[in-house]
Amino acid sequence: MTQVWDTLPQVLIDGLTLGAIYAIIALGYTMVYGILELINFAHGEIFMAGAFIGTAVLIGLTGLGWVAVMPAIFILLLVLVITGGLTGMLGMGIERLAYRPLRKASKLITLITAIGVSFLLQDIVRFITETQQNNYIVNTPSLFPGSLSISGLNIRYSFLVVIIVAILMMIALEFFVNRTKWGLAMRAVAQDQDTASLMSVNVNKVISVTFFVGSALGGATGVLFAIHYGTIDPYIGFILGLKAFTAAVLGGIGNIRGAMAGGMLLGLLEMFAAANLSAITAGLLSSEYKDVFAFAILILVLIFRPEGLFGRAAIEKV
Amino acid sequence: MKKILEQIRGNKWLQLGLLVGYIALTSLSLILAQRSVAAFLLLLLSFLLLYYTKLPNWSKWAIGLAIMFFILPFSAMQGPAYQEYMDVATLVGIYVSMALGLNIVVGMAGLLDLGFVAFFAVGAYTYGIFATAQASNFMPFGTYPLSGNSFWIFIILGCFVAALFGVLLGIPVLRVKGDYLAIVTLGFGEIIRIVFNNMDQPVNITNGALGLSSIAPPKIFGIELLYSNQIYFVVLFILLFIIFAVRSLEHSKLGRSWKAVRENEIAAQAMGIPLVKTKLMAFAIGASFSGMMGVVFAAKQAFIDPTSFTLLQSINILVMVLLGGMGSVPGVILGAAVVTILNAQVLNELTMWFNSLSTAGIITLPDAMSPVKMQRFFFGALLILFALYRSKGLIPAKNVVYDKRKFLSEKGTKKRLQSVAAPKEDEHGNTGS
Repeated sequence: MTQVWDTLPQVLIDGLTLGAIYAIIALGYTMVYGILELINFAHGEIFMAGAFIGTAVLIGLTGLGWVAVMPAIFILLLVLVITGGLTGMLGMGIERLAYRPLRKASKLITLITAIGVSFLLQDIVRFITETQQNNYIVNTPSLFPGSLSISGLNIRYSFLVVIIVAILMMIALEFFVNRTKWGLAMRAVAQDQDTASLMSVNVNKVISVTFFVGSALGGATGVLFAIHYGTIDPYIGFILGLKAFTAAVLGGIGNIRGAMAGGMLLGLLEMFAAANLSAITAGLLSSEYKDVFAFAILILVLIFRPEGLFGRAAIEKV
Repeated sequence: MKKILEQIRGNKWLQLGLLVGYIALTSLSLILAQRSVAAFLLLLLSFLLLYYTKLPNWSKWAIGLAIMFFILPFSAMQGPAYQEYMDVATLVGIYVSMALGLNIVVGMAGLLDLGFVAFFAVGAYTYGIFATAQASNFMPFGTYPLSGNSFWIFIILGCFVAALFGVLLGIPVLRVKGDYLAIVTLGFGEIIRIVFNNMDQPVNITNGALGLSSIAPPKIFGIELLYSNQIYFVVLFILLFIIFAVRSLEHSKLGRSWKAVRENEIAAQAMGIPLVKTKLMAFAIGASFSGMMGVVFAAKQAFIDPTSFTLLQSINILVMVLLGGMGSVPGVILGAAVVTILNAQVLNELTMWFNSLSTAGIITLPDAMSPVKMQRFFFGALLILFALYRSKGLIPAKNVVYDKRKFLSEKGTKKRLQSVAAPKEDEHGNTGS
């Protein structure tokens, strides 16, 4: 028990970092699901692509000598904006080419296409990286080195950056969805596409914008991930995306605030499991089981409370 | 030219003659050429040609069996690459069986399962644990490893254990639908892999990431089946059994219930189809095929570890089903064969060819783009292209259409129909269309 208390502060910090990342990726899943009722499997790969694009931009800027002369915050903003824009376009393109032709097809087919897109992206990123440097594992230059040390607690500067940027992004999204005209249109399309189109909402455009916003956020999160954790490879996206999807389900899919809360919760739970699972079960389960833990949560939530912790149960129409 | 084609289409004796000629030509070239993948593939292609001939069903089966049992092994035997060919043929058999299993779940019952390889893993580990010394770590009685004679029992055992896991997965999953189902099964597949990867402590059951090595080869009448050409026949027998089972299931009451559930769950329920039982049966039967082949796979490789059972494998099998045509048995067989051969031979051959080209200095291909590494790329692209442009697959599924007059002319039926509901003949006559 004492070990649990001793590690708790560090677990909280690590959990919040991971949770923030889960939360923003979960937003992308939840927004697309809210509008199209489609699990966009490729979203995890967009996050991964964001991490790679961000790293490439960062390395490019370092090469130009900008990083040395400009404040790190400015560089970060620049990288975030460039990456977000590119991944946003990527998301829009995927929707246009792979999902839109299948909007009337059975869900099974669309889902399979999404898996295909996800594999394609993984491999494209892999071979681009590999042709560049003969190895697909990339080290991101650290933008915010060093850490604070408060009474034995290790707080990295990048942790603060991740948390602050993540919260800002979430606030911005809340504002966008609830206060702007596009947000209104998005909510209308999510409720009822046909009626929305009768109210002169351009449904296709709204869906494109949704994909752009979700993917831009996902890509930007990728940058944060790369900066904080330092090592990325083309296969980080799939499992991380799956866990983010778990977070979205946990918070009630289609529910934006629920996704944020679910992400934070899942991140904390996972870090807690990683730190304490073997201590609690007296060595029966090693910390390797933390992924099992996340999936078990997903399955339990889907079975006992499919509407999520914060969602409202949907009534099935016949 | 058109005339000749038409004549071929109409005349089945001509078809038979051409087919026999084709088989003779390809098997002869396989015998004469020392190492020719092309000849081997062309010989396999004869199955597809056979499928499209207009011969009666029994003779198609007779020719097919003759090729599988005699012509293919015999003509491959002559070259130095004998085991290699047989290895590929065995793999094709294993994957065809698995794809047929997944086809029941995805194609017929419409339940998207993204963790299908888990059942394969369960089957493989069932045999692997008991056919190595591993089992003595936790079993209080008996001496391990069991000898290869037990392999035959383990095929049945693997089938049941996998079916059990299928039901275990099915029970919680029944409450979720559509895309949620996909995610849950995906999670399940990952959980199984992680559990196998970590079950080396506190009690060492699966030997963790190191895997199980030197698994006892199967034994029959005192002969150890060590090589691919021997395992090939084992796989062939199981495969024939599975094809027989699938074909009879497809048009049985259960098979029709699966399709009804796929098309509309609520309507199916209203027609009196027990939803829970039907779905669980789909999971159990699909899983059992995979479990059986898992046992064979473990015996064939003599080594298994958790990396053989990743998500990529599950997707791989899904590609086979989608490529061939969801719900279509001949289609899925074709799809599985194409994907396996692509994976096991064509990509390797292409890589070697590109390598030889680049050493000759004609073109240089970066190592990152060698076809073997591009597996995900090809599969992803195949999934997208087929979903977009040919979502019914290479050989689309056909539903049996009953001929009303033929149906009515059968004596008993006619009497029953006349006595029960004369004005409603249409509905009776057109069921299943």
